Amino acid sequence: MSAHAERAARFVADAPRARWYDQAVWLMRQKRDKGASSVPEWEALRETAAAIKAHTLSRLADYLEEFERNATRNGIQVHWAGDGAEHNAIVHGILQGHGVTRVVKSKSMLTEECHLNPYLGARGIEVVDTDLGERIVQLANEPPSHIIMPAIHKKREEIGELFHEKLGTEKGASDPTYLTHAARAHLRQKFLAAQAGITGVNFAIAETGGVVVVTNEGNADMGTSLPPLHIACMGLEKIVPRARDLGIFLRVLARSATGQPASVYATHFHGPVRGGEMHVVIVDNGRSAQLGSEVFRRSLSCIRCGACLNTCPVYRRSGGYAYGYLIPGPIGSVLGPQRTAEASDLPFASSLCGSCTDVCPVKIDVHHELLALRRVMVVQGRTPPGKRTLLRLLAWVLRHRAAYEAVGRLARFFLRRMPGALRFGPVGAWARGRELPAAPAESFRDMMRRER
Amino acid sequence: MSKVGLFIPCYVDQFHPRVAVATLGILRRLGLDVEYPEEQTCCGQPMANAGCTAEAAPLAERFLRIFGDYDQVVAPSASCVSMVRNHYRDLLGEREDLRKVASRTFELCEFLVDVLRVKRVEGEFPHKVGIHQSCHGLRELRLARSSELVAPAFDKVRTLVGQLQGISLVEVQRDECCGFGGGFSVDQAAVSCSMGRDRLADHERAGAEVVTGTDMSCLMHLDGLIRREKRALRVMHVAELLSEARLS
Repeated sequence: MSAHAERAARFVADAPRARWYDQAVWLMRQKRDKGASSVPEWEALRETAAAIKAHTLSRLADYLEEFERNATRNGIQVHWAGDGAEHNAIVHGILQGHGVTRVVKSKSMLTEECHLNPYLGARGIEVVDTDLGERIVQLANEPPSHIIMPAIHKKREEIGELFHEKLGTEKGASDPTYLTHAARAHLRQKFLAAQAGITGVNFAIAETGGVVVVTNEGNADMGTSLPPLHIACMGLEKIVPRARDLGIFLRVLARSATGQPASVYATHFHGPVRGGEMHVVIVDNGRSAQLGSEVFRRSLSCIRCGACLNTCPVYRRSGGYAYGYLIPGPIGSVLGPQRTAEASDLPFASSLCGSCTDVCPVKIDVHHELLALRRVMVVQGRTPPGKRTLLRLLAWVLRHRAAYEAVGRLARFFLRRMPGALRFGPVGAWARGRELPAAPAESFRDMMRRER
Repeated sequence: MSKVGLFIPCYVDQFHPRVAVATLGILRRLGLDVEYPEEQTCCGQPMANAGCTAEAAPLAERFLRIFGDYDQVVAPSASCVSMVRNHYRDLLGEREDLRKVASRTFELCEFLVDVLRVKRVEGEFPHKVGIHQSCHGLRELRLARSSELVAPAFDKVRTLVGQLQGISLVEVQRDECCGFGGGFSVDQAAVSCSMGRDRLADHERAGAEVVTGTDMSCLMHLDGLIRREKRALRVMHVAELLSEARLS
């Protein structure tokens, strides 16, 4: 069994919790449906968003340079990082130069990808995640289990327990309002004490040289307004050509993520605060290689809305941690195997139902990319060898009609007379939870022959 | 007169021949000249979906050779039709012979609705029925509007079976995958079964006695769960529902 399959099997074994998780995440899909269907031109918005992304990716270098020129003109210092290590070193260098030891950070999957928190932690810099969900998983010393709802796997009672232990809330208290107030008071101190704020970037506008950061909690705004130093970290695919493109992307992002018509905050940063400094770190970390692939280029359009996670029947029944990659769910299963060797099983953690493709606001054909990645995994020898041998054998049988008929006859014989004898390998895996088909004495072709 | 090639997926041929019989009956009673080429085995999807292009491609070639001369090819399976129509090009590249066969290969319901323009279905099926939209029918062949899209609703299966006398079509809450997914059903057996159980519960809640659909593969998986868990449901392929009806 693959690593994902094993972890997912453990997840669904706790049936009540699995049901709870499915329903909690499905609720977001329902909210998304409501938000999307209130826009009659929804499909046209998706088309336009996809077209803008495709265009941007087709001349990404030009737009990145345009962004750098305009950002520099705005007084922003732009840095380029080839990989995660370089990104971390740049961020550390900036912080060190200012003698910073206390940082507040708003949500950024990129800094997760680069493992920035442990890197800075090891160098004596405290990084506090300020998104409530992210703070919860940070206090629990866990990675996020969902890209926009990092703590969706935790029940409120568990959060109450965690806050009691870490923040000194009342024992047994699990009222969300009470817990949120406690988190707010705790984070307020962190904001006031911070010497620098790190944010992610949702969109970087080439034309204006500014970046846009979207949150519902205003934590990016707090984290960048109080300290004089702001570092924004972005993957190089975050570019949009013009400010007016946001009229498309902000609409599809919020509705796809949570069903909201707009996120609570969409803050445009076009320079440092008075007397302060602003830096943007642009990271490649494998993205250029992805851009070079005709098939996988499209997944660089991802705006990290999380809709494909919410709709994925496999994600909802395996949880974020089953994936073992920082971005779980369908889009993570496309991105992960291109970036790390461990994620080779992820393209197979899908029934290829295609719901991810239909829900995607930028029309990435996610399930076709998963299928294409399966081919890549086979060619690169990253699949279990036994499976390939079995399929090679099956393919030989299917190429020879007589062999196919003989194997079919044998299979039906065993199914009718001694189904127990078949309970090994894939047939055994089927039969653990399901009955095997009740095989007929005659195949259809047998009947056709008799008819003649 | 045009000649129709009957494409019967391997697992239907071997395990569910009554679905093939029903399909053949429907096409013949419509007065079509139907032929079942006996050389056919499998479209190659199990290999293709496992990423094994080298193993799948010869089966795609074989399919084109066997079905290349028919005016239309019809199968009681959305998934296998989608394999031919949407995925053979990944195995063989863009080719004229492929384009020709792919554009002439149809799932049974879409063949009835879109090609033959069947308007009336006279027959009866006095039962409460839930339609299981197989994912490849829903999102690859677009037999119905998937719930993710913001577009006018339509449903080719419902258009046909909904006309049967006495039938009562129940409304399920989700058009979600049943968890079959070919190799997925054994690679990820636990999740697969969990998905299947949730589909069955949805149909039960809606009051269905019978779950029908265009793909016996999904139904075989659901049936396996129904029998193991002794649920009060049964599965029937849409061809079986239509097999006695008069179509015009």
